[in-house]
Amino acid sequence: MPAAVIPAVLRALVAEDQALLRAGLVRILEASDMEVVAEVDNAPMLEKALERADFDVAIVDVRLPPTFATEGLAAAVAARAARPALPVLVLSAHVEPLYARDLLASGQGAVGYLLKDRVADVDEFVAAVRRVAAGGTVLDPEVVAGLVAGSAADRPLDRLTDREREVLTLMAEGRSNAAIAGRLFVSEKAVGKHISAIFTKLDLPQASDDNRRVLAVLAYLQT
Amino acid sequence: MPSPIRTVAPGPVDERGLVDRVRWSAVGLADFLLFVPSVVLFVLSLLCVGLGPLGVGFALAHLVVPATERLSALHRRIAGDLLSDDLPAAYADTDGRGFLGTPLVWLRDPARWRDVGHLAFSMSGGAVLSGLPALLLVAPLVHLGGFVLQRTAVWGLLLAVGLVCPLVWWLVTPALIRARALADRGILAGGRVERLEQRVADVEATRTESLDHSAAEVRRIERDLHDGAQARIAAVGMNVGLAEKLLATDPAAAAALLREARETTVSALEDLRSVVRGIHPPALADRGLAGGIEALALPIPLPVTVTVDAPALPPPVESAAYFAVAECLANTVKHAGATRAWVRVRHDGRSLHLVVGDDGVGGADPSGTGLAGVARRLAAFDGTLAVDSPAGGGTVVTMELPCPLP
Repeated sequence: MPAAVIPAVLRALVAEDQALLRAGLVRILEASDMEVVAEVDNAPMLEKALERADFDVAIVDVRLPPTFATEGLAAAVAARAARPALPVLVLSAHVEPLYARDLLASGQGAVGYLLKDRVADVDEFVAAVRRVAAGGTVLDPEVVAGLVAGSAADRPLDRLTDREREVLTLMAEGRSNAAIAGRLFVSEKAVGKHISAIFTKLDLPQASDDNRRVLAVLAYLQT
Repeated sequence: MPSPIRTVAPGPVDERGLVDRVRWSAVGLADFLLFVPSVVLFVLSLLCVGLGPLGVGFALAHLVVPATERLSALHRRIAGDLLSDDLPAAYADTDGRGFLGTPLVWLRDPARWRDVGHLAFSMSGGAVLSGLPALLLVAPLVHLGGFVLQRTAVWGLLLAVGLVCPLVWWLVTPALIRARALADRGILAGGRVERLEQRVADVEATRTESLDHSAAEVRRIERDLHDGAQARIAAVGMNVGLAEKLLATDPAAAAALLREARETTVSALEDLRSVVRGIHPPALADRGLAGGIEALALPIPLPVTVTVDAPALPPPVESAAYFAVAECLANTVKHAGATRAWVRVRHDGRSLHLVVGDDGVGGADPSGTGLAGVARRLAAFDGTLAVDSPAGGGTVVTMELPCPLP
């Protein structure tokens, strides 16, 4: 679906096997003026549900019955292979940069990977759902932190100032310039400056599009 | 089946001693009579080797060797029953070696040669050992018969000797029969190398099982945490987050969400506690095996007598013993319909003995998943488990864990 058209009431699909969490998610989405069009608690049903055309974003647990491995993730990746840019936000109980990478590799944005704990910050979570539905990329700060921390010490990352590093982290989480500016209490213009400084220092191709920007940063962090 | 010979001391002259000795004499007589096939097979075995180069030996071997194996198996069983020991055969593998290849494997297999050696023993010294008790029993009758038919001085002398025979029979029968069984075991039950090989194979098998078991345990713990405490705490976070959002607009709904969150934290803590109990029970950690088993017995809905007389043992042994007793008591509660149960634990300096009993309906199946699992876990420590559970007669599970004190 084109990212430009955001319906007034977002329609969500929820896949989560724990009844408690499923109820919590549905409650939060409904309290935030979204409509939950389908709830499923296992992989086969999720695969069926992902073929529907009447949802704007799918919120999927990584681990689902029957085998409790990574069916949710696999179903999401498969659905996005069939329908590019199908908006999917994956929730996980664990930080697994590997899963995040698989998701991002399914290309074209409209994708997110968050820890379940993030849902507790309702406004942040709802904003993330909306961002994915609008075609953006959302990555959990923990995953990004893991990627940043995992970079080798002799890397050009050390050439970044502390402020630039903050911006890089927020950018990797998939936030827009405006959001980063709001976070750091600086002007959007200042953020733009920081970003081009970062791209120059890290030798990254300058990209205007949010998603490509995130992917470039992630690809950089993973090398 | 003969009773095992536990001692060769004369013992009291009672019905039990008499019945046992008659049985042993009968077994000895059977063993003695087996000298006939032994002679035949021994000669044929030598022929096999002699005729091997002519090719006839190959065909003959296919008849002789399996027959010898059967005879050896019979001797093994008799000796095993007499010594209450298990004497496994350990022949070299001949799978897929074909008609000509198989005899060549037999030719190189020390176990087959020991069989042949045993044939030689069974038709000589072995036959003497086994036959004597029966002979001593029958001799007086023969002598009496001879004396009645022809009253000569010789028969009179023999009769006098014959009168001593029963006494001699009473004294020497256990020793003779046991000596034969020991010799059979010595010849047939493999040399030191085979026994060590068998032992290594056993250790490898139990090690693999232990590793599989601990991997499965770790997976189970991970699943328990993921599905229990972790999910509940995440749900608490969601409820609290939503309540925070609704606080201004809908205080009543926010209060309901907070109450739900508080209740969920209680069950999350319960989950965590049960996971911890499954990993390492606090009572066991704090108060050793005695405390751990008492803690096990407390919540059980029937009176359980616990006596523990054991020093502090290495933690893995204590843990294995604890979970073994836990499984047995759980079975008692689930299946036995008992009115009381008891747990006796004692350490005799060499091994830890665990007995878990109840007065329930019996009929417990030792190959059931629970008990079989316990047996497998104990096997990792060279431990054993025996179940005595006649239908209607209660259940007694006896476990032994070798565990010498440092």
